[in-house]
Amino acid sequence: MEILVCVKRVLDTSENEIELNREGTGIELDEAVYSINEPDNYAVEEALQIVARVGGKVTVVTVGGEDDEEVLRREMAMGAQQGVLLSDAAFNGSDAKGVATILKSFVQKGAYHLILTGVQADDGGAQVGGMLAAMLDYPFASLVNSIEVLPGKLKISREIEGGNREINEIELPCVLSIQTGINEPRYVGMRGIRAVASVPISTYGASELQIDPGTVGKLAAKVKRLDYFVPTLGKGAEMLDGGREDNVERVTELIAAKGGLR
Amino acid sequence: MTARIFAYVMHKAGVVDDSAAELLAAIKQIDAAAAPTAIVSGSGAELDSACSSLCAFYPEIWKISNAALSYPNAELIRKALVKLLPPGAILLLAHEHFGIDLAPGLSIRLNTAFVPDALAIAGRVGVLLNVVRQEFGGQISANVECDISSGVVLTVRPGAFKPPVIAPANGNVVDKSGEVGALTSGRRYVETVMAESGEVDITKHSILVSVGRGIQEKDNLSIAQDLAEALGAAVSCSRPVVDAKWLEKSRQVGSSGKTVKPKVYLACGISGAFQHLAGLKGSPFIIAINKNPKAPIFQVADIGIVDDILEFLPELTSKVRELRSKAA
Amino acid sequence: MVEAIQSPAHATYWLVQGRLLFLIIYLLGTACFSYIVARRLQPLFRGERDFRLDQPFRRLGRVLQFWLGQWKHPRYRMAGTIHLLIFAGFLILATRAFSVLALGVSDGFVIPGLSGKAGHIYGIVADYASTVVLFCMVVAAIRRVAFKPARYAVPARYGKGHSADAIFLLALIAILMAADSLFEASQAAALWQQGQTAEFLPVLSLPWMLNKALLSTSLPMLQSLHLGAYLIHDLTFFFLLCYRPFGIQFHVETSLFSVFFAKLDRGKLKPVKWGIPDERLDQVKSFGVKTFEDFTWKHMLDFYSCADCGRCSDNCPSNAAGRPLSPRFLTIKARDYTFLHYPMFGSAKNGQPLVGSVYSEDEIWSCTTCGACEVECPLLVEYIDKIVDLRRGLVDEGNVPQSLQKPLKALESRGNPYGKMTKKRADWVSAGNFGQTCRVKVLNGESAGTLYFVDSITSYDDRIQAIGQATAKILRHVGEDFGILGAAEKDSGHEVRRFGEETLFRALRDHNTQAIRESGAQRIVTSDPHAFNALKHDYKDVPPVEHISQVIAREVKSGRIKFHPAENDKVYTYHDPCYLGRHNQIYDDPRNVLDAIPGLKRVEMRRSRDRSFCCGGGGLMLFYEAKEEERIGVKRVRMAAEAGANVIVTACPYCMVNLEDAIKVAGLEGKVTAIDLAELTDQQLVRERPAA
Repeated sequence: MEILVCVKRVLDTSENEIELNREGTGIELDEAVYSINEPDNYAVEEALQIVARVGGKVTVVTVGGEDDEEVLRREMAMGAQQGVLLSDAAFNGSDAKGVATILKSFVQKGAYHLILTGVQADDGGAQVGGMLAAMLDYPFASLVNSIEVLPGKLKISREIEGGNREINEIELPCVLSIQTGINEPRYVGMRGIRAVASVPISTYGASELQIDPGTVGKLAAKVKRLDYFVPTLGKGAEMLDGGREDNVERVTELIAAKGGLR
Repeated sequence: MTARIFAYVMHKAGVVDDSAAELLAAIKQIDAAAAPTAIVSGSGAELDSACSSLCAFYPEIWKISNAALSYPNAELIRKALVKLLPPGAILLLAHEHFGIDLAPGLSIRLNTAFVPDALAIAGRVGVLLNVVRQEFGGQISANVECDISSGVVLTVRPGAFKPPVIAPANGNVVDKSGEVGALTSGRRYVETVMAESGEVDITKHSILVSVGRGIQEKDNLSIAQDLAEALGAAVSCSRPVVDAKWLEKSRQVGSSGKTVKPKVYLACGISGAFQHLAGLKGSPFIIAINKNPKAPIFQVADIGIVDDILEFLPELTSKVRELRSKAA
Repeated sequence: MVEAIQSPAHATYWLVQGRLLFLIIYLLGTACFSYIVARRLQPLFRGERDFRLDQPFRRLGRVLQFWLGQWKHPRYRMAGTIHLLIFAGFLILATRAFSVLALGVSDGFVIPGLSGKAGHIYGIVADYASTVVLFCMVVAAIRRVAFKPARYAVPARYGKGHSADAIFLLALIAILMAADSLFEASQAAALWQQGQTAEFLPVLSLPWMLNKALLSTSLPMLQSLHLGAYLIHDLTFFFLLCYRPFGIQFHVETSLFSVFFAKLDRGKLKPVKWGIPDERLDQVKSFGVKTFEDFTWKHMLDFYSCADCGRCSDNCPSNAAGRPLSPRFLTIKARDYTFLHYPMFGSAKNGQPLVGSVYSEDEIWSCTTCGACEVECPLLVEYIDKIVDLRRGLVDEGNVPQSLQKPLKALESRGNPYGKMTKKRADWVSAGNFGQTCRVKVLNGESAGTLYFVDSITSYDDRIQAIGQATAKILRHVGEDFGILGAAEKDSGHEVRRFGEETLFRALRDHNTQAIRESGAQRIVTSDPHAFNALKHDYKDVPPVEHISQVIAREVKSGRIKFHPAENDKVYTYHDPCYLGRHNQIYDDPRNVLDAIPGLKRVEMRRSRDRSFCCGGGGLMLFYEAKEEERIGVKRVRMAAEAGANVIVTACPYCMVNLEDAIKVAGLEGKVTAIDLAELTDQQLVRERPAA
């Protein structure tokens, strides 16, 4: 099975304190640590496990620049056979639809049975996968937390409320967005990354992908982020500032008062 | 504004969910004078029941009745909506598992803009709509500007828009079932597998002692269990505790876990991510204990204590036991 | 002289002349044994290289100490004594065995030099030796059957018990002794009956007793017994010889070699591959042990040499806590694998992955590398290198528990496992009161003669920073010109290496080595035994390193450190950290420091010094979620309470974290506290002026 996984390099939220920079114009990037978007990592692991079961090849692709090659290499160190960078000055400033347009052009150059994305990235949008599917006219399912390969189709489950799972059958080729926890991603050590440090990464620009620059990039974007800000906090909780003993007493009183102690 | 505004509303067994009112609130913020249309799909008596309850909120309800839609399959519903929605339409729906499934692809099919997970409408200037979103797991907010000249699909964070005080709308139901044509897709719904119920049903408890990452390790859960026992409560948790396999999924409160409506909710070492809070309904009295004074939970809690739960909870347990034995 | 009794060489055994029969037995037996040993050696030739010929005289010395001198055996008094007697007996009887065997083909054979007086004396000694050996066989068998020492037990998941096989072997050796003695006694009885002088049989020796029993036996009967005993002796001898390589008794042959080739230095790890320098490691296709043949020949020899005594597992803290690790079975399973896959006949079936079939992942990750097993093993079997090699293999395959992936990623991107920011590494220096009163130099721009290597936990952990501050104050007090690397310091990588991530370790090491050299410091001090061990054994080309306990002990001696008297109501005990004590043999310095505090009451725990019980492990082990019944640290604090102590003093930040945590879990809060040696020193220090 030919599987394409769309990945993104993001600020690692567990290792960075996301704060506004001093000027207030964006995020503080001093000593920022970047890594692969966590759901994308689960998607690559899932692709590798599927290919281990049924044979095939895993390709990872990202839209970005030279800095983004490091996540491609990391996923290749994990086992992806090929890494692809879609890069062009014309792509800069694309909104999600722009990114999906670029990815769609790349997908159409190949013959992929399955396209995976992580359920969402740092902006919490959860949009590129669904858009890509619609552009390709492929069936789509989001929040996928299990995949079983059947002849010509997949049996998948989606994570819905209450921990329940919605079971679907979906025809190939299709696009799936993958939820974290679907598997246990393997470890990628420094040695593995060094081993792929000089493996070539195919790079394509707007002309190779036959993309009309008017459909992507800043000018084509219908959705623009104007700024980042930290909202002025509302009243919030009444903070108890006594010593622990006093706080414990107060809490006990409150619980009893609110009908907590029967 | 001339664009028509729609809200796609979900229902379960004929009962419309909270999004009906929340979407209406959001719509009013986009255009106070709007006369929005609710769209609801399904089949049979349940659908009719949903439609009639929506009549109280919306002036017009479009009903799509089709056997294939008795379970809401986003792929099919997307096809139906593409047939029904006029060009330049504005469509709102809730940003949860169905919305995530349906909306992005729908915006492409309709050739509209798309804004996901809106928390607030900041304003509108002509065709530019200003929406407030969050990024980086809710750690920072952003103002986003969207060109809605060719319409927009907008998903809205559940619970972000407080339902408005509305005059009864006396809506009328329009049956649009005939206009959607044949509904087929490459994705077929098979069944829903319910989560294992586990030994404890946290939705039935009026007090919950809820633990998050701050419990640090599985062995420390006994601290929470002791307190729960002393209070006659149950232990629940946030997602990281389940991911680490310290508690079963049936204990998780949140958008991908259970929805609970306790009277008192003790949030112990829980940061307060919105996915977790989405599972808390009914305005419980929230007491939050967390080592980090900047934890978002303190924004939504009623009482906040900055302390180490590993130290605080055992003392609370002793105090509760003391009180109980005095009362006895 | 008339032959009183026919000798085996001359006798006829069922139509075959004795000499011929025994010649055939010897040839067959020796050929068989040679074939078996050759087959047993086969996997060793397929194993990886291992350089074990350095310092040959030191190795010989260790052979004398550990093999001949049975140095480690008395650590278990009863079993040790029994084994000492058996071993001595075997050594003494080796000569006798040879001469007895020779009699089968060469009648009247006497070993040159052992005729006459020497021969007589030897004969007496040998007679007593075989008696003692037989007696020991009986005692050993009774121990097995009636007393069932816990360490011999085989948990169900490892298969059937080993006692049946053990008793079988004991019986065979007993038969050998009995046959030999009967052979001698029957001849003596026959000679006596014919009025001839017999070989002198010492009183109460086995031959003597048998002789007494045979005094009235008829001559023909004696003849039969004589010849029969001889045949049984020879058959048993060769059966044992050929049977030994099929079980734990192979250690009789291999122990000499396993001791000679044993690892000389503690605290060091074997390289990824011997003979491949660091620069060429990138070309190595596969890291670590994944299949059996990835083990070195010495490790394979270890599998053969294990005597199944169980002392290692008996002292293993993971095993005691109920984790899936038992060092003994790590070895026995590998040995069984070798027997199965390198059979006596047929080709070797090899190359299958070990993890998942022989070993489980949890088994391999459970080890805290405390070294208790290695210190205990009488055959000097090595464990830590094997565990690290197995972990290298798992890491190479990406098979790392999720709980460890996060700290490893953080170590890669931020140089500490907590994911905290690099620039905040030296924030502890300016924290609170300490920041106001004690200035600590950061060596970027400034220089100092001594570098205080703080390492990650002391830098970032809120509680453990106190140990760093105490250490700085002590160094200040004794007038040390010191500084820290600050944000330029990264994790020492000690556990990174021991968890198998060799490449990340080397990156950390190279970074730190450069920072250390650039600082210009000529010596290093640390309060972290893991960092101490890393700088001493894992790092090359860095200045000499000391642990703070050594510094304090020296300054106590010199008089620069004087103590206020201790509080009288407390009883202290010292917990030896594994990487200070067992791995680096620093046992006395911390104790001397404590004993220099006037009025301090100190007790020793039942397990102390090189038998100290690990706290649960440090570095990455703090992140690993082990499957266990009781926490290792909880067992340790209970030992302290048992010893009557209410204060545990330790000299390692990881011990501190584990013990303080364990005190809470064990419900001993308020009854037992833990304090670091540096903290205690700082607390009790006599200062002319207020601490500055």
